[in-house]
Amino acid sequence: MAETKPKPKLNKKAVEMNKQEPKVRAKNFNEVALGYTEEQAQEEASRCLQCPKPQCVTGCPVEVPIPQFIKCIREKKYAEGIAIIKSKNALPAVCGRVCPQETQCQSKCVIGKMGDPVSIGRLERYLADWEREHGFQLPPKAKPTGKKVAIVGAGPAGLTAAADLVKLGHEVTIFEALHVGGGVLFYGIPEFRLPKAIVQNEVEYVQKLGVELRLGNLIGRTHTIPELMKNGYDAVFIGSGAGLPQFTGCPGENLGGIYSANEFLIRVNLMKSYAFPEYDTPIRIGKHVVVIGGGNVAMDCARCSMRLGAEVCLLYRRSRDELPARHEEIENAEEEGLVCKFLAAPVEFYGDEKGWVKSMKCICMELGAPDEKGRRSVKPIPGSEFTMDVDTVIIAIGQTPNPIIQRTTAGLESNPKHGTINVNEVGKTSLEGVYAGGDVATGAATVISAMGAGKRAAKAIHEYLMSKK
Amino acid sequence: MEAPDVAAKAQPGQFLIVVPHAKGERVPLTICGYDRKKGTVSFAFHEVGKTTKELACFNEGDCLLNVTGPLGNPSEIKKFGKVLCVGGSIMIAPLLLQVKALKEAGNRVTTVLGCRSKEFLFMQKEAEALSDKVYIASDDGTIGYKGLDFLKELLKKEKFDRCVVLGPVVMMRDVSEITKPYKIPTIVTLTPIMIDGMGMCGVCRVTVGGKMQFGCVDGPEFDGHQTDFEELIRRQRTMLPEERVGSLLWETSGGCKCGRNKA
Ligand SMILES: Cc1cc2nc3c(=O)[nH]c(=O)nc-3n(C[C@H](O)[C@H](O)[C@H](O)COP(=O)(O)OP(=O)(O)OC[C@H]3O[C@@H](n4cnc5c(N)ncnc54)[C@H](O)[C@@H]3O)c2cc1C
Ligand SMILES: Cc1cc2nc3c(=O)[nH]c(=O)nc-3n(C[C@H](O)[C@H](O)[C@H](O)COP(=O)(O)OP(=O)(O)OC[C@H]3O[C@@H](n4cnc5c(N)ncnc54)[C@H](O)[C@@H]3O)c2cc1C
Ligand code: SF4
Ligand code: FES
Repeated sequence: MAETKPKPKLNKKAVEMNKQEPKVRAKNFNEVALGYTEEQAQEEASRCLQCPKPQCVTGCPVEVPIPQFIKCIREKKYAEGIAIIKSKNALPAVCGRVCPQETQCQSKCVIGKMGDPVSIGRLERYLADWEREHGFQLPPKAKPTGKKVAIVGAGPAGLTAAADLVKLGHEVTIFEALHVGGGVLFYGIPEFRLPKAIVQNEVEYVQKLGVELRLGNLIGRTHTIPELMKNGYDAVFIGSGAGLPQFTGCPGENLGGIYSANEFLIRVNLMKSYAFPEYDTPIRIGKHVVVIGGGNVAMDCARCSMRLGAEVCLLYRRSRDELPARHEEIENAEEEGLVCKFLAAPVEFYGDEKGWVKSMKCICMELGAPDEKGRRSVKPIPGSEFTMDVDTVIIAIGQTPNPIIQRTTAGLESNPKHGTINVNEVGKTSLEGVYAGGDVATGAATVISAMGAGKRAAKAIHEYLMSKK
Repeated sequence: MEAPDVAAKAQPGQFLIVVPHAKGERVPLTICGYDRKKGTVSFAFHEVGKTTKELACFNEGDCLLNVTGPLGNPSEIKKFGKVLCVGGSIMIAPLLLQVKALKEAGNRVTTVLGCRSKEFLFMQKEAEALSDKVYIASDDGTIGYKGLDFLKELLKKEKFDRCVVLGPVVMMRDVSEITKPYKIPTIVTLTPIMIDGMGMCGVCRVTVGGKMQFGCVDGPEFDGHQTDFEELIRRQRTMLPEERVGSLLWETSGGCKCGRNKA
């Protein structure tokens, strides 16, 4: 096959990806972004300069060989391209959709100085989707080592660690508390951003590599970590995420109609209550929904609520510039009709005679000086209280790690304030043979950072197991 | 039911979560018994809504999609002295598991079985075999005492060191009120709505001693004298209209389609 020469003149604009129209998509749970066609992928791939010292790779937490896989797309060697990505990233269909590329690889791309950076995420997604249509290829497996590793949690951190360890010849079992694998990818991120069929596919891929997945196993209750170590596991990796919801502590928070973001998303995504009564778990949502918070989680709650037919107001205590959500998601949400109220925080919730929330009191906030991390402080403006009518409130102000494992594992050190498990740079905890990574060690972060942690820990576990006789 | 992982660890006071099929709910049910050798656990439930009606259609040999457990903290079992155990309706079954354990720990156990009326009373023989003394009460007086007021008289006569109540929320509230003047530590098993049962969603939040607690991980057992029962009752009802719809639709569309989950 002849090599398609890169176009001599640089096109400053990236090839746009087709999306569902805002008016249409605001009413359904189908995926918003539709992905590149082959022609679009070819054209976008041709924009890459194939830098000899690629900057993009330095922005990638798992160091995917970016120019190499883009070259494969140009040469239509798709199978080879996906193999290159998978050498570093076991979940490209997920990362291509939800990674914040604008602050990672794409922020470093040299073309970004002159125009749009190469759309690395969209190209990654193209290859991953191509592979799903054309069938998986399983990589060769190493000789069995006779060592057994237990992984706690089937989120991105656990799945990545499991995939790497099984490829090295270890016997790997994942213990997952829920009745499906995928972690936040399944129960948190909504269908319209990340179709669940794709998550299931990626989980099945890891199982096909030879990993055993045991669902409905809550570590700390069904088994504890010391029991696993006693029952023949040579090492344990904890990737149990940050799943404990935070509440505001405002009076009236236990009224009906006030959901934690996790409850709301678990109902909608995991239990598919948007399809109630076909699915058995209900959700009740009124006309006026207020979402408290400003991260990706808050955006997802807001966009799900709009799809369930509500008018949504986002209440965020800082200003637009400080919104922590991905830029693309804020834009998508506003196109779909989200109204944002900045510099305001909840004070109290009031209910009707049946105990259902009907209004809430808020207070206006003002920004103060930035702290040492550059994040601006906020304080309430006395006397600025106002009340608004609401039917549903969703509290999306953050999650911390679930303490069950820490409480049931003697000697496992964790941060008393944040509940995160203490680890060194490769994920080693205070206990021999026990490693941890992902949100459980960092607090709520990103899919790719959880995967990076899973990879580093897998490498460390491998070295540890092979050094033990 | 076969669930070796659960059976190996189950203790009185804990519960499990059952997911009947891929489109089903996650329902919490209290563990009533276990056989560690056979790897089985048992539970008892009331057919109150769609999922429990569906569960009732499962036959021996059928497979549930998933069972998670044991969940929640085990009951505190040790020698307290004289223990009053009060069980209402279906929760009599798991109560008796505690009665047995308390008895084995050397306590003197008085058991009260409460039911709506005579025909709903069950496990009386088992209770009599396990306890030192058994009282029966029914809401309508068709069997035993009418209502729970007789407890007031009983407490005047007899001193108890601990009281354990499992049953409908209203019953747990009433018993807690009766024992409060006597300062008898009273343990109730709260049954808020739950989804994950492991501390992820917060739907099970209850107020105990003025503090927010998660029923699934901090409980399910709490101090009955500190519990805000009215809030719990309100929160249990939040999805009632939807639950009725779900149940009605299921029944009118033919109800039980036994066999689709055959192992
Ligand atoms: C709504 C939402 C939207 C997000 N959007 C984005 C985004 O667009 N881009 C992005 O990069 N990141 C996003 N994130 C963050 C990202 O999803 C997380 O950082 C990432 O999933 C963390 O991975 P993890 O493997 O550490 O944990 P998780 O994904 O949380 O997985 C942990 C798994 O462990 C299981 N588990 C927990 N405790 C136990 C136990 N005791 N025993 C057994 N199993 C247990 C859990 O059930 C879960 O399946 C989002 C998060 C949320 C909630
Ligand atoms: C820790 C705990 C232990 C329990 N143990 C038992 C038991 O041993 N035997 C038994 O019969 N029942 C028990 N329950 C209650 C049982 O879980 C509910 O009856 C069941 O979920 C109803 O499901 P459904 O679809 O049949 O009814 P639905 O039509 O969904 O609801 C009927 C009623 O059940 C309650 N309910 C509904 N969903 C839930 C839920 N997810 N969690 C809790 N309550 C719910 C609601 O208050 C509602 O009023 C327990 C509940 C908890 C939290
Ligand atoms: S920095 Fe940009 S142009 Fe250079 S190799 Fe990476 S994607 Fe291509
Ligand atoms: S049931 Fe979800 S936190 Fe308790």
